[in-house]
Amino acid sequence: MSSPETGQERGDRSPWNWLLFVPIVLPLLTFLFNSDEPRVAGFPLFYWLQLAFIVVGVVCTTIVYRMTK
Amino acid sequence: MSGQHTTELVVFVALFLVVSGMGFVAAKWRRPKDIESLHEWGLGGRNFGTWITWFLVGGDLYTAYTFVAVPALVFGAGALGFYALPYTVVVYPLVFLVLARMWSVSHVHGFVTPADFVRARFGSPTLALVIAITGIVATMPYIALQLVGIEAVLKAMGITGHLPIIIAFAILAAYTYQSGLRAPALIAFVKDTLIYIVILAAVIYIPAKLGGWGSIFDAAAEKFAKTPAPGDGILLNANNQLQYITLAFGSALALFLYPHSLTGVLASKNRNVIKRNMSALPAYSFLLGLIALLGFMAIAAGVKPIVNPETGKGDNNTVVPVLFDQMFPDWFTGVAYAAIGIGALVPAAIMSIAAANLFTRNIYREYLNKQATDAQEAKVSKLVSLVVKVGAVLCILLLDPQFSIDLQLIGGVVILQTLPSVALGLYTRWFHKGGLIAGWATGLAAGMWMLYLIPNPANGKLHFGGSAFPLANFGFDTKATLYAGVIALTVNLVVAALATLIFRAAKVADGEDATSRGDYFADEGDPKVKDLDLSGAH
Repeated sequence: MSSPETGQERGDRSPWNWLLFVPIVLPLLTFLFNSDEPRVAGFPLFYWLQLAFIVVGVVCTTIVYRMTK
Repeated sequence: MSGQHTTELVVFVALFLVVSGMGFVAAKWRRPKDIESLHEWGLGGRNFGTWITWFLVGGDLYTAYTFVAVPALVFGAGALGFYALPYTVVVYPLVFLVLARMWSVSHVHGFVTPADFVRARFGSPTLALVIAITGIVATMPYIALQLVGIEAVLKAMGITGHLPIIIAFAILAAYTYQSGLRAPALIAFVKDTLIYIVILAAVIYIPAKLGGWGSIFDAAAEKFAKTPAPGDGILLNANNQLQYITLAFGSALALFLYPHSLTGVLASKNRNVIKRNMSALPAYSFLLGLIALLGFMAIAAGVKPIVNPETGKGDNNTVVPVLFDQMFPDWFTGVAYAAIGIGALVPAAIMSIAAANLFTRNIYREYLNKQATDAQEAKVSKLVSLVVKVGAVLCILLLDPQFSIDLQLIGGVVILQTLPSVALGLYTRWFHKGGLIAGWATGLAAGMWMLYLIPNPANGKLHFGGSAFPLANFGFDTKATLYAGVIALTVNLVVAALATLIFRAAKVADGEDATSRGDYFADEGDPKVKDLDLSGAH
């Protein structure tokens, strides 16, 4: 928890915030995953790669949270 | 599987009753000194930690309708229905910083609704009224849709008629009235635990019975290859990729503009609870992705949707309940049905609280009783939450359920039009209040016009048949479609910006900004935030 810096001007600017763009942009690039092959455990690329993007999202938001709190 | 659903019904009713009991007891949970204020009744004391917030917001965003409708869409259209996954991956990093600002400014000023914020930021009760009414209009059909989720389950158990739904909603209304936001917060634990158990069992057990994931996807591909519809398949095609992208992104932009999603956020106790939740909530996205794939499992299992006697057509919303019925032993099907049924109660409660708060704060207090005390506000909100639920039940009783689904579709486009005031407002005070109203009105009109033009060949409807707006309507030589909400929002932003420049040039008076820069970063423990005495003044 951040210590209260009473009366001091605070903000939420941080270079780490740029990392948030990765999970915002990646899942919208359909050309990356709109394909059946290669399959993983029976899942076409379209499905397993998009599920994997969840992990990317969690990692990026966690890093930003840790670095800016 | 024949006509016998006794075991399922017993398990369903038993779990439903346990949860209802919890709803009533919730008033005593984390007992407040006095529940008669909106901060207590409507926001649970504004003191929820990471875990409660996770269950509450998760239980709120991932509704019964999601569990029923997303797999139904995947069952019917394939890959396009999977947009729900990127949508929920994109949303959390997108709102990570926005929600923390909203939390801070709301706690400094004691805001309960997004319209409260807009009122203070732009100094315009009219703009706040517009935002409040938009929120209520977008939320109402969403509540009605929760009933569609319960109905799908009841249908699968062979129960028809509206009486069970009326009883279920009456119980829900009673404990929401008594316990406020504490009721869904407590029930959310049970709901989400049940959902996780059911879905994990489903994705392990059902594929094993159907010969593995590979054969499930192959069966789906085979089915879509045989249908005449050009847009379906287990992959996207050239014409619906843009639709997929804009639908996922547009839905992500809309999600936290819904007043009920903000309710859960404002109920948390500090900024870090919100940020931590932005990294923890994607656990639900994983679940949602798996739930979407139940649609393909239903194809592979040869599920036939239950035919609606009124229209004579198969109701795709029943594919998941029917799939469970075919695959699981009876007692576990009962658990699964209870998970969906209870899954409807949590969001329905939060949504009705959010709609009631909007009415109380931005209509009642603004226009009907300017000197309203905290106790009066809580009283009005409690009563309005009942009215809202009666309205939702009437929607289902009097209207074709399809109409609720249409309204929900419209609701997404409608709520997006509040983005410039609510979300951009957290970052900039540049827009003129008149410009925001002009942008809202034009965006709304453009959205309605586009939705009106979209037919649905699958059920023969001529208007409001979907959200995929063909670019050919603008004269482009293409079959590609875009999500109408994103186009309407673009219109909104352009008009808001132009009108702002015009109003400035004409020196039309703008509202007063009651917030200051530091308010947007204040956190628990700051003197400013402490000023918000929960029992009293704001």
